[in-house]
Order: sequence, then structure tokens, then C-alpha cells
Amino acid sequence: MSISKNQLIWIGFVVPVLLACVWEWAIGSGLVSGRLMPPPSVIFKTLQELAKSGELQLHCVATLARVGAGFALGALAGTLIGAIAGASPFIRHLIDPTLQALRAVPSIAWVPLFILWMGIFETSKVALIAVGVFFPVYLGVAGAIIAIDRKLIEVGRVFRLTRWAMIRRVMLPAVMPAWIIALRSGLGLGFMFVVAAEFMGASEGLGFLLVDGQQMGKPAQILGAILTFAILGKLTDALLVLLSRPLLAWQDTVRESL
Amino acid sequence: MLRLDALSKIYADGTEALQSVSLELGAGEIVALVGGSGCGKTTLLRLIAGLDTPSSGIIHVGSEEVRGPHAAVGIVFQEPRLLPWLTVAGNIGFGLEQLTTRERQSRIDHALDKVGLATYGGRWPRELSGGQQQRIAIARAFVTMPKVLLLDEPFSALDAFTRKSLHAHLLALWQETRPTILMVTHDVEEAITLADRVVVMRPHPGRLLETISVNQPRPRDVLAVGFDKVKRRTLHALDRSLQPEKQSAQAQGSDEFSHWW
Repeated sequence: MSISKNQLIWIGFVVPVLLACVWEWAIGSGLVSGRLMPPPSVIFKTLQELAKSGELQLHCVATLARVGAGFALGALAGTLIGAIAGASPFIRHLIDPTLQALRAVPSIAWVPLFILWMGIFETSKVALIAVGVFFPVYLGVAGAIIAIDRKLIEVGRVFRLTRWAMIRRVMLPAVMPAWIIALRSGLGLGFMFVVAAEFMGASEGLGFLLVDGQQMGKPAQILGAILTFAILGKLTDALLVLLSRPLLAWQDTVRESL
Repeated sequence: MLRLDALSKIYADGTEALQSVSLELGAGEIVALVGGSGCGKTTLLRLIAGLDTPSSGIIHVGSEEVRGPHAAVGIVFQEPRLLPWLTVAGNIGFGLEQLTTRERQSRIDHALDKVGLATYGGRWPRELSGGQQQRIAIARAFVTMPKVLLLDEPFSALDAFTRKSLHAHLLALWQETRPTILMVTHDVEEAITLADRVVVMRPHPGRLLETISVNQPRPRDVLAVGFDKVKRRTLHALDRSLQPEKQSAQAQGSDEFSHWW
């Protein structure tokens, strides 16, 4: 049996839908109580109610705004510093050990310090997310620049490209695939860090829904927030892939779909 | 057109890759460099292309001294080295940014036609076979109309049939603008098929050993008596180039080496 590409996309839904059905059936048939593990129907109802009151949208927007701002800052800093460290061995030796040491610090460890420095409101949250996004982007960009094929640089030299033309016409396109992948893993970490940021005190955001669900004993709300995180993460990643696709059209389709 | 005066190259680790190489190529002449590995053939091309700097000696193209990459000097490497993010047409036009779009396109189209890939302009390099990629690399070097073209074993990775058809494509392109060509090859038949002169090099350190004129009409016939004669002479010179220094000095009875005795 041959499966077309479109069918392969839908095949990804088989496992979650099957799990949801088994779960629903187990609770419906009285096999398990479902008090701490509400069935999909209850989770969807909770989400529906949150959406109807406009709360869900409010929380989603708050979380997305934080991730967006933190991602923009972290990706910008990671790209710039990564490019400088990749291009200059001296700067790389100067700053890379320090950055690697800072990278090893668990994200939550920054929270008390950031709150002291920047207060409990938005600034400290965005800063924490930016820190999370910065490291994978920095590593990806610096590594990609170091790994540029010397032979292609020589082609640029033979055609007497200026320094700027060499960057624009050879180095930039050469690091593009690694840069996009670095941005994608940066975005993933951004969503991880937004939860940590919203745990440190927030009145809105999906992280707040999680904390609120725990304190008020509403497991359906917790699971609903988790589900929303999964959907938002997947959608924003897909958006990034879609935006970068024209830049990477030259790559093998096999790699593109990863 | 291309003049090398006493070119030497000693690498930072002390390896003497080239020792006082002098050679002159006329306009439109094709010269093939042959020799065992380590005789500095590739080093010599890299010096002329301006990718490495000589330890001593001077390179002239026309009346101009060359230091570093030069607009009048083109090179085709052993591997195609196409930029994977550019289409075939983009790769051929890589060195033509200063031209108008229309002129660039007409040169690209003409070159594509000449290498027999007229309909391939919009493809990606990864979609091409090795031989097709190398044809694009050759076209990329020709479209900038260099006065001197360097070929660093551009056919060595290809099978015999592909190689033969590439020889024809190369000569077709050469006949249009007649650049001076200095090519490195491992293949003696290839050298004699394409070149006006074959220069045999000797390794450790790299030096010129002997120059053999081909003097055969083009297109050349591998089975012709003249071809075979040149081939035997070249193989003989290659044999000598690989023998230890003392023996060859003895065989030649050269005064230059008499102090060894």
C-alpha cells in the first residue's frame, strides 16, 4: 500500500485521537473515576467556557506577547553575538567560555535575581525568556559560521568579492539552514521559559491558568492550558518554517520536512 | 600572456612545495602539468590564482604583475564547488554581478548552450550529476572571459565517457575566446589530447623537469602514430621524474648534479 504525502500528514493524528478515545471510554464506562484526570470532553468544555468568556484569548495573547518579545530580543542578541564569535577566533576565545558557563545555569535559578533587578512585572519575564532563546541561537549561529566550507569561500575569493559581498553572497546563505534550526529550538525554549516566567507571579497568561488550576483544584483547566501550549508551540513553529521556506528552497525536500 | 619567474613556495611547517619554477605561456596556448603527487602542481595553480602567496618569485599576466585574485585569471577546481543555494544559472552568473541583467542572462544562456545544458538554468546543483556540475563550473569560469584559465584536475572524479565529452565542451568554449589555459592532470592521454605543451614536474620539492611539445593537429586522435610517440616520451619523462635524484642525474650526465659524486 502506498501512502501519499497528504495522507502522511494526517497519520500524525492517529495516536493522540486514539489515546483520547480510550481515555474517554475508560472514564465513561466507570473503569476509572476521572476526578484528577478529566476526560477529553470535560477538558474541551472547560476550554470552550474559557473561550466564551474571552479569558482564553486574553491568556493566549499575554503568553504569546511575552514569548514574542523575549524571542525577538534573544534571537537578535544570539544572532549578533554568535556571528561575531563565529567570525573572530579572538572574540570567540574571549567570550565563549563565559557564555558556556552561563548556559549551564538552570533557567529557574535566574528568577530571584531577575525579580530583584527588574521587578515582578513584564520586564523580568521577557528578560528570562530572552535568556532562554539566546543560547541555542548563539550556539547555532557561531557553529554554522565556523563550519562554512572553506572551498566555497575560495570561490568567492576567486571572483574577488569584497568583504561585504562575501558576507552577503556566500556566508549568509551558507549559515541560513543552521540559523533557521537555531531559531526553531530557540522558540521552543522560549515557550519553556515563559511558563517559568509566569510561575513567578502573573495575573494573566497560560502559566497563570496552570497555577490557578492547581490552587483552585481544577485539573481540567490545567490540562486545557497544557493542550493550548502544545497547539501554540506547534503553530508558531509551523509559522517559522513557513516563513523560512523560500530561503531554504534549495535544500533537499527530505531535510526540509524535518 | 602568463609568465612565472622563479616561483617558490615554502609552507609555514617548512615543507618546500615549489622550488624556483619558471614558465611562460603564450596567448591562447594550452599547457598541461603532469607529475606524481607532491610535485606542487596544485600549489602552483593556487599561487597563480592568488589563493596563496609565493615565498619568492613573480607572476605576470600580460604586462601586469599579479598579487592575489585577479579579474583576468579564472580557475576550475577539482570539485565543482557550485553554491548550493543558487540555481545553475545563478552559479554561472556568479562572477557577472557588474553586468546588466540582460547581458548577464545572454552570457549565461550562451554558456549553458555551449556545455550542452541549455534547459538546465533553473535547476538546483543537487539535481545534477557530477559531470553536469563540473560542466557548470567550467561555464562559470568561462563567462567572465578570463585571459588565463587554470584547471586543477577538473575531470579526475569522472568516468572515461563523461571525461571525453567534457574535453569536447572545454575545447568548444576555448575556441570562442581563446584564453591561455594551464591545466593540471594525472592523465597523460588527457594532457596530450588537450595541450600544446606537456610540462612534466618532479616532486620533493616541486620543480619543472621537462617540456614536451605535442605538435599534433586538433581534434587529436589517440590512435595516431604521432600521438603515441608523444605519449611514450611523456611517460618516459614521468618515469624519470619519480626515480631518486641521483640516478636521474647519472642518466642525464647533468653537470648540475656533478657535485654529488
